[in-house]
Amino acid sequence: MKIEFELNGQKVSVDVEPTMRLLDVLREHFGLIGVKEGCGEGECGSCTVLLDGKAVPSCLVPVGMVMGRRVMTIEGYRKTKKFKVLLDAFAEAGAVQCGFCTPGIIMAVESLLSENPHPTDEEIRRGLSGNLCRCTGYNMIVNAVKLAAQKGAGLW
Amino acid sequence: MEISKAIRRVDNDEKVSGIAKFIADVKLEGMLYAKTLRSTRPRARIKSIKIPKLPNGYFIVDKNDVPANNRVKLIFTDQPFFAEDVVNYIGEPILLVVGPDKAKVLEILEQIEVEYEDLEPIFTIEDAESGTKPPIFGDDNLFADYEFTKGDPDAAFARAYRIIEGEYRTGIQEHIYLEPQGMLATYEDGTVTVYGSMQCPFYVKNALVYALGWPEDRVRVVQTTTGGGFGGKEDYPSLIAGHAAFAAIKTGRPVQLILDRTEDIEATTKRHPSIIRHRTALDASGRIIAMEIDIKLDGGAYATLSPVVLQRSMFVSTGPYHIPNVRVRGRAYATNNVPRTAFRGFGAPQSIFAVEMHMTNIAEALGENPIDFKMRYFLKKGDDTATGGSVHTDVKLDEMTRQVIEMSNFYEKFERFRKEKGDTVLRGIGFSAFLHGCGFTGKGEEVIKATAKLRRRDDGKVEILVSSVEIGQGAQTTLRKIVAFALGIPMEDVVYENPDTSRVPDSGPTVASRTVIIVGGLLEQAAKELKARWNESGEIEVIKTYRHPEYVRWDDEKFVGDAYPEYSWGVNVAEVEVDPVTFEVRVKKVWGVYDVGTPLDERVVRGQLEGGIVQAVGYATIEVMESKNGKLMQNTITDYIIPTSIDAPEIETRLVVSPYPYGPFGAKCLGELPMVGCAPAVAAAIQHALGLKVDEIPARPELLLKKWLEKSR
Ligand code: FES
Ligand code: FES
Repeated sequence: MKIEFELNGQKVSVDVEPTMRLLDVLREHFGLIGVKEGCGEGECGSCTVLLDGKAVPSCLVPVGMVMGRRVMTIEGYRKTKKFKVLLDAFAEAGAVQCGFCTPGIIMAVESLLSENPHPTDEEIRRGLSGNLCRCTGYNMIVNAVKLAAQKGAGLW
Repeated sequence: MEISKAIRRVDNDEKVSGIAKFIADVKLEGMLYAKTLRSTRPRARIKSIKIPKLPNGYFIVDKNDVPANNRVKLIFTDQPFFAEDVVNYIGEPILLVVGPDKAKVLEILEQIEVEYEDLEPIFTIEDAESGTKPPIFGDDNLFADYEFTKGDPDAAFARAYRIIEGEYRTGIQEHIYLEPQGMLATYEDGTVTVYGSMQCPFYVKNALVYALGWPEDRVRVVQTTTGGGFGGKEDYPSLIAGHAAFAAIKTGRPVQLILDRTEDIEATTKRHPSIIRHRTALDASGRIIAMEIDIKLDGGAYATLSPVVLQRSMFVSTGPYHIPNVRVRGRAYATNNVPRTAFRGFGAPQSIFAVEMHMTNIAEALGENPIDFKMRYFLKKGDDTATGGSVHTDVKLDEMTRQVIEMSNFYEKFERFRKEKGDTVLRGIGFSAFLHGCGFTGKGEEVIKATAKLRRRDDGKVEILVSSVEIGQGAQTTLRKIVAFALGIPMEDVVYENPDTSRVPDSGPTVASRTVIIVGGLLEQAAKELKARWNESGEIEVIKTYRHPEYVRWDDEKFVGDAYPEYSWGVNVAEVEVDPVTFEVRVKKVWGVYDVGTPLDERVVRGQLEGGIVQAVGYATIEVMESKNGKLMQNTITDYIIPTSIDAPEIETRLVVSPYPYGPFGAKCLGELPMVGCAPAVAAAIQHALGLKVDEIPARPELLLKKWLEKSR
């Protein structure tokens, strides 16, 4: 079946089974390897992408569902100004270790800040609770988000 | 020190932007996919395997495709790459299906029928001890059985005024590195190359050379960006590297083998569950005069690293305390469970939990505050360790403890929480003190003789050539920093690529918190020599090989002497809230003060501390993994729960520095320390909140409720 949607700002179409996981379509058909598979069951958040601006685990989304909608992955997002703010905030706060969780977390943070540009600690923790990180212990990620919200004021 | 100031991590940008390539992100022309057929029985004889007719281009790879030795070479060679006539755990690999289309590979896998004849399994330490079932390993079913003694414990127990006993248990812990394990092998011009997620390129290489029976120069191993390891990618990668290599050799095509999460949980290694008994002799004044400790580890179906895990567990089993008379017995049992092996702390979290809870319990029995009691026994420079070695450098535990008391307001809360009778929440606070032996245990460093190379290239850049890998712990940043600072050159002029065994010497595995203290130490020496020779023209190569400091003495037969050349130290306070109805535990805050020698990058150090603390909080509370008849009850991350951003406590850490003269810029060991010591602080806090003994972790609600009912009866 032919599925058309907007991917990282461009109109695309693929001919695949509509039940195929969005994750696989992104990685295999479009080579978007920044979208990671950590569990395949919607629990780890490594595969997080934006669907119409909201964070979703792409391993749970059948590609048929994105017909006519907007999908953004880290590959598209990394060209934005907001990304640059997050990139530096993550470095400054020490929010990255092995990095496997990181692209997914960046997408979740974008979704969070676009809804709530000045979140409290509590709101950040809730906003990131679908993204597992085994390395950092999370506090340094929470600090990175606070730093980005402050430095990128006006962008979100 | 200038070097301690944090710099931007060198791998930050490629990781945040999703450019870094992990092994699942690599695709090669003509690549095939492999999936593993696994045992569904804990212990059985394989009677027959029925394989459907394979479509063109699809292959089966099994024990008959291993060129020389179907055994993973490690301490022993008991573990087969592919099961032969028997299987010993659920999840054990039997064969691979390999082909170009993933879905088709899975379809074939599902059609394969294995007929088993069940054998009598051994599931628990108790089962193994009963001796009524046929052994899995050797005659006595023990991977290791050790004992060592210091002083005269028998005489001390004979004259004891009082003996205090306790039994402590710890559970299975699963690594849950976020990147599942994976390998990719190619076979070209008679050489096999394996790329993958790993901690120890030379373990993988040596295992392949043994399995293939080929000369070393036909085997090459290259590490790819690795999404966490924590010990889970210490020895297990050798097994799947073999699988991918055999498949590539058989098919002549590149073969990728990536585990899915459930496979990774069910089939890869774990932290050893333990049962640890303590007997402590006190004199009439309430002073400890001797300790007897008996450690039992459930090692699972194959030996892996169990003997050395057991050694570390034993060598630190008296904690950071000076105890004059000691006897420690340790046994690692074979069971029909998924093998247990390295996990951050390597046997120490189990024995530190036991000794810390036991010391807390002795203090309570004597009516003393646990901190005051423990402080009286802290090791000092010049004291002898449990194995009769020596503490060679300053120990700042007193100062660290004073700081953590002040930071957490320990005494005030300790009294206040005890008096509070909360209806909606019960609060508690707990303390732990601990140490970590830096580098390999016992004779390990002497055997491996780590070698590091530094090369000033023609283009003026200086290249680090070592087999240590970045797994998230910051090696890429820290090792470069050591070289840049020692040479006085900019960071950008130091090159350090992911290790490729055809280019780098064997500087040992990336384990045991040894990367900075041992390999970093060699790089510092090499950089100093290079600096002295800087004006020579052309390429310069400096090679350094590790030797312990002169004063280190170790008898590996009797386990007497310096089990480690140096120690790092830590203290924690944890504050918890327990719901008196559901018995759910919320760890509110953890304070920590650590001595890891000179921090080589304060932000990297903080990341290791915080990450380790949260793993230990999970270990102490919510990370429940049970096994019923050899089958894991939790095989997804929906069921095996690790801390999320909501569960993670607030954390406050400080460093106190006692530099190690032989470490680079005075650095000691770091990575494992925070995981080793935090669980008993959490358990002591729960114990304080509920007024009952928490002698088992994870302290899950069912367990606490059961103890609560027993107490109120
Ligand atoms: S891979 Fe999608 S949530 Fe884990
Ligand atoms: S940085 Fe490793 S899982 Fe988050």
